[in-house]
Amino acid sequence: MSEQKKHRSDTKMVPVPSHSIVPERDVDEIPVLETRHLGIEFGGLKAVDDFNLTIGKTEIAGLIGPNGAGKTTVFNLLTKVYEPTTGAVLINGRDLHGMSIVQASRLGIARTFQNIRLFDKMTVEENVRIGLHNQIRYDMFSGILRLPRYWKQEKRQHERAMELLDLFGMQDLADEVSGSLPYGAQRRLEIVRALATDPKLLLLDEPAAGMNPHETEELMENIAKIRNLFKIAILLIEHDMSLVMGVCEGICVLNFGKIIAKGTADEIQANPAVIEAYLGKKKEG
Amino acid sequence: MTRAKRKRLIYNLVTFGLVIAAFIILQNMIATKSISRSLKGQLVPICAWIVMAVSLNLVIGFSGELSLGHAGFMSVGAYTGAVISGWLLNGMNMEDPTLRLVLAILCGGVVAGIVGALIGIPVLRLRGDYLAIVTLAFGEIIRSLVNVLYVGTADGRLYFSFLKNRLPDNVTILVDGAKGAVKVKPVSTFTVGFILVLITLVIVLNLVHSRAGRAIQATRDNRIAAESMGVSVTRYKMMAFVTAAVLAGMAGALYGLNASTVIPTQFTFNQSINVLVFVVLGGLGNVLGSVISATFLTILPEVLREFADYRMLVYAVVLILVMIFTNNPLIRSIANRAFAPVKALFRGKKAAAKENKGGDAQ
Repeated sequence: MSEQKKHRSDTKMVPVPSHSIVPERDVDEIPVLETRHLGIEFGGLKAVDDFNLTIGKTEIAGLIGPNGAGKTTVFNLLTKVYEPTTGAVLINGRDLHGMSIVQASRLGIARTFQNIRLFDKMTVEENVRIGLHNQIRYDMFSGILRLPRYWKQEKRQHERAMELLDLFGMQDLADEVSGSLPYGAQRRLEIVRALATDPKLLLLDEPAAGMNPHETEELMENIAKIRNLFKIAILLIEHDMSLVMGVCEGICVLNFGKIIAKGTADEIQANPAVIEAYLGKKKEG
Repeated sequence: MTRAKRKRLIYNLVTFGLVIAAFIILQNMIATKSISRSLKGQLVPICAWIVMAVSLNLVIGFSGELSLGHAGFMSVGAYTGAVISGWLLNGMNMEDPTLRLVLAILCGGVVAGIVGALIGIPVLRLRGDYLAIVTLAFGEIIRSLVNVLYVGTADGRLYFSFLKNRLPDNVTILVDGAKGAVKVKPVSTFTVGFILVLITLVIVLNLVHSRAGRAIQATRDNRIAAESMGVSVTRYKMMAFVTAAVLAGMAGALYGLNASTVIPTQFTFNQSINVLVFVVLGGLGNVLGSVISATFLTILPEVLREFADYRMLVYAVVLILVMIFTNNPLIRSIANRAFAPVKALFRGKKAAAKENKGGDAQ
C-alpha cells in the first residue's frame, strides 16, 4: 500500500511525458533504458537537464537536436564517462549509480563514437576480439603457457569474430590494420565491435556522419538487421533526418540540454517547438 | 591459417631462430676458444640487457606507458640476487652454483615484481605521464636506499639495517652500504642467461598474442574505447607493468651475479635511459628489434674502446645514423626491394612452417 502510494507521489512529481515512445510490443517488458531527471552541470552550465527517457527492449530510438544540444553528453552519461550531478540511469531496471565505464559495459550497454575510436594499430579481427573480451575469456597464464584452454577459447573467439564480421560483409578485411580502413568501413567496424560485447542497448553516435547516400541506405538496413537479429534496443544520435525518420520508432528532440519533444517521426515533424529549434522563430509582423 | 597469423608465426620463428642460432654459434666459438676475451665477458650482460629491453618494450611499446625507472627494478633484482646467493652459500651451505643462481634469479624477479605492484597500484590509476615521473623518482629512491643498506648473514639468518653498527658482530657482510654487495661469488653463466632470454621471449610474445595482451594493446590505442568494451584499463596496465618488473628483476639478478660486486651507481637514471634507447631504436612493440638493438648497443661501446675519449661521441653518432637510416622511406623502399628475393624464398618455406606449427599445436 505504502509502496503504491510512494509510486503515485513519484509520478506526481515526475510528469510522465504524454508521448511515451515505447512501442507496443515492449510495453509489458522492463525497459532496457530508463533515465529519471538525469542532469549534469559543468561549472554552473546545465549541459543536460531533467532528461527523462524510456526505451523498450527492442526499440530503435533516435536522439536529435541542433549542434551543442547535449546529445553526446547524454551518451557519456549513459555510459558513465560522466557521473551525473542529478538523476539516475537504469539499465534493465538496475541503477548505474557509482559504476565505472567497465561495469556499465558489463550490464549490457555498448556504444560507438562520434569521432571514431578504433584500436587503430590492431587488425580488424583483433578489434572485434576486444569486444569479445568479456564474452569468451581465459586467464593470463593459460595465454602465456598456451594451455589447452587458450587454444579452445582463441578458436571460439576467432569463429565468433568472423561470424560477426561476416554479417556486415567485412570478413575479407579481417587481417587489415583497422587504422588503414576507409572511413565507412571504420564506422561499420565500430558497430561490429560494439555488438561483440553482447549488449542489450546499443548507442550509435552519428553513425552516418561522412557517409554518402548509398552508404547511409546500407546503414539503415544494417540497423534494422541488428535489431531483428540480436533483439536489442538501439538509441542513435543522427543529423541525417532521412535516416532518423526512416528507421526510428521513437524520436526524442533535445535543445539546450532539455527535451523539447518526444514522439513518432510524424509527430516530431509537425511539432512547432521542434521546427522553432531547428529553423528559429518566425518574426512577428 | 589467416595472413596475420602466418606473418606473426614467421616473426616468432625468426626471433627464436636468431637467438638460438646465436647461442649455438657462440657456444661453438667458446668451445674452440675462437672468441675474444672482451666479447666473452660481455655475453652475460648482453643477455641481461636483452631481457631488460624486451620487458621495457612490453610497458612502452605494448601498454603505451612511459617508464623511466627500469634500472631501479634491475637494481632491486641485483641486490636481492646477491643477498640470496650469499645467504645460500654462507648461511645454508649450498654449494651448487647453478641452483644458487636459479634461486637468486627467481627471488630477484619476485621481489622486483612486488615492488612494481606497489608502485603500479596508485600510479596506473592516473592518466597521463604520472608513471614516467613516479618511476623516475623510484629509480633514484632505490639508489639512495641501497646506498645506506647493510645486510649480513649469520647462522642461517639474514640481518638488515640502515646502520652498520646495528648488525651483530659475528655476521658475514653481504651488502656494505655505498660499497654495494661485496664478495659476491660470480655464478652467472651464459647458458642460464640464454635460457632467461628464451623464457622472456616466450612470456612476452605469448602474452601479447593472447586475450590479455590484446587488452593491453587496446588500452594503449584508445583508453575510452577499451573501457567501453569492458576492458579494465588499470588491471591490464598493471599486468604489463608488473610482468616487466619481474623480468627486469630477473635480469638484474643475472647481471649482479656476473661480477664480484654490485654497486648502487651501476643502476642510475642513465641506465634506465640506455634501456629506453634500446627499445626506441629497436622499435616500439618490436620484440625482435629490442633483442637486436640491445645486443648491438651493448657490444658497441666495447668495440669503440680504441677511440678512447671519443667513445661516447662516436656512440652517439652511430645511434643517430642508425635512426636516420632505419626510418628513411627511401632507404626502406630500397631495402624492401633488396630483400624481396629473400622474402620470396621464405614464402616457399611457409608451407613447411605451417605444418610444423600444426604439429606444435596438437
